[in-house]
Amino acid sequence: MLDGALVVWTLPHLPTEAAPRIDLSGLDKMDTAGAWYLAEAQHSGARLEGLKPNHAQLMETVATAIPEPDPVPPVVPHWKQILTRTGMRTMQALGYFKELSEYLGRFLAAGIRAIRHPSQFRLTSLVYHCQETGVRAIPIVFTMSFLIGVVLAFQGAAQLSRFGAEVFVVDLIAIAVLRELGILLTAIVVAGRTASALTASIGSMKMREEIDAMRTFGMDPDMVLTLPRVLALVITLPILGLIADVAGLVGGAVMSWITLGISPPMFLTRLSEIDVSHVIVGLSKAPFFAVIIGIIGVHGGMRVGKDAESLGQMTSKSVVNAIFAVIIADALFSVFFSVIGL
Amino acid sequence: MSVENVIEVRGLRNQFGDHVVHDNLDLDLRRGEILGVVGGSGTGKSVLLRSIVGLVTPQAGEIRVFGQDIRKLSGPARESVERRWGVNFQDGALFSALTVRENVEVPLRAVPHLGDEDRERLAGLKVSMAGLPVNANPKFPSDLSGGMRKRAGLARALALDPEILFLDEPTAGLDPIGADAFDRLILTLRDALNLSVFLVTHDLDTLHTCCDRIAVLAEKRVLATGTMAEMLKVDHPWVHEYFHGPRARAAMASSGGA
Repeated sequence: MLDGALVVWTLPHLPTEAAPRIDLSGLDKMDTAGAWYLAEAQHSGARLEGLKPNHAQLMETVATAIPEPDPVPPVVPHWKQILTRTGMRTMQALGYFKELSEYLGRFLAAGIRAIRHPSQFRLTSLVYHCQETGVRAIPIVFTMSFLIGVVLAFQGAAQLSRFGAEVFVVDLIAIAVLRELGILLTAIVVAGRTASALTASIGSMKMREEIDAMRTFGMDPDMVLTLPRVLALVITLPILGLIADVAGLVGGAVMSWITLGISPPMFLTRLSEIDVSHVIVGLSKAPFFAVIIGIIGVHGGMRVGKDAESLGQMTSKSVVNAIFAVIIADALFSVFFSVIGL
Repeated sequence: MSVENVIEVRGLRNQFGDHVVHDNLDLDLRRGEILGVVGGSGTGKSVLLRSIVGLVTPQAGEIRVFGQDIRKLSGPARESVERRWGVNFQDGALFSALTVRENVEVPLRAVPHLGDEDRERLAGLKVSMAGLPVNANPKFPSDLSGGMRKRAGLARALALDPEILFLDEPTAGLDPIGADAFDRLILTLRDALNLSVFLVTHDLDTLHTCCDRIAVLAEKRVLATGTMAEMLKVDHPWVHEYFHGPRARAAMASSGGA
């Protein structure tokens, strides 16, 4: 016996096992949830009595719409799941490297084409992106590197003064900044700024099919988008690295003067005895970092799908991947330079 | 009056900055009818829908839903009214992080003590009532076509068996076959669930196939309401152009006259 309302709100109070006979003559309100309950009950053998015609109609609509239950997926053993997942991740990572090398190849090919047909090259775009990724990054790079120099001088002085070797703080700062920190931290800042900007700008163009439109006009996205952007990075990153080197040394010199009383002329004299190879080692890494950041950023943009969600996902992924790749490349460079003895 | 109005809008005024969208607008939605709301671009069809469901706060006027002034309701009273309507936005407005079935489950989660399994199966029922195949359930909105997203949005709007259904351009962007199927789905659901439907549309075929009455928005108010036959007699340049243009004639011919 059911009466009153049989709706979704009263559904939880019904017995899960329906009675064999259900009297519905007292029912005045029924919705699809109620109709579904009755249809299920009828299916499992219950007899419905006193069903009103308008309720019967609704029940019929619902009964025809009840979907076939989903097939139960076969149970996969746990170790197999882990194995599958590891394998899939590995293949994904390999696929990522493959795609990155494809984009590197396309960038180089576009570069060669630009040399052979200079008229196709977008100089305006290159200048614009040099301004965006280079000039506009100067304040943050300078400040960051200056502070790193300050920190190194301060910490170095604290440790070295215990051995009476304060003057070696100059060597410490110079080698650390010129060889490693200057360019590495600059590359990380630029990876954060520019890889995200590249992915976001190219990705939103991809989302609105602008890149497809470009192709229909016979314009090559590698030539129009990739080449100027990555080339701008290759040009500006070494310059930014040089600025970072100078800023780091200035910061170190200022701090050495304040805490250790090493005057700037003394700092310079000591500095001039440092091997110039450290600067060469440091700055020679810059173009490689630039290509890594640029290619990862552009590739991320091109992989954006049609929804805004993938744009956000790819942008943050680009930044993380670019920073990670720069650090890995730096480690490989350290091994390389120590092997060739620089 | 023998017919019951589920929505009564009186003297509505909407204004954004200097731009007056509605001024002294009156509109009724009767129980069990499908009301087509038409109007040129920028006449505030969507704004009207949004002010009724409370997404836009009007400057003046009265909006009565089930006889209660929606602007004066708050808390549980408002919630209980909101549960009696369902809104399907233009592109479905599905939650992108959830699958189709989980999307439909969202409103059902408001039902206390409803078991997980019951909720899932009820959601599956709504998905299938909206005309989607079973294999659409575990898919994410980004994997669906535009028409399927609209159907999924409809399934979510119908989750709690609302009495009023708001549809914003349900057939926009669909191919003629998909649009036609959607029209028939709306009619079927209206008859089965006894819905009152507030339908914003541009689609003349939809107006011919589905709508019991049509309300034309122009000059900041509802210029005319009535059946298709009555619309054809309205002597206003825009309304005349709309219902007598070449597209309108084609739609009328295909539906065998209004």
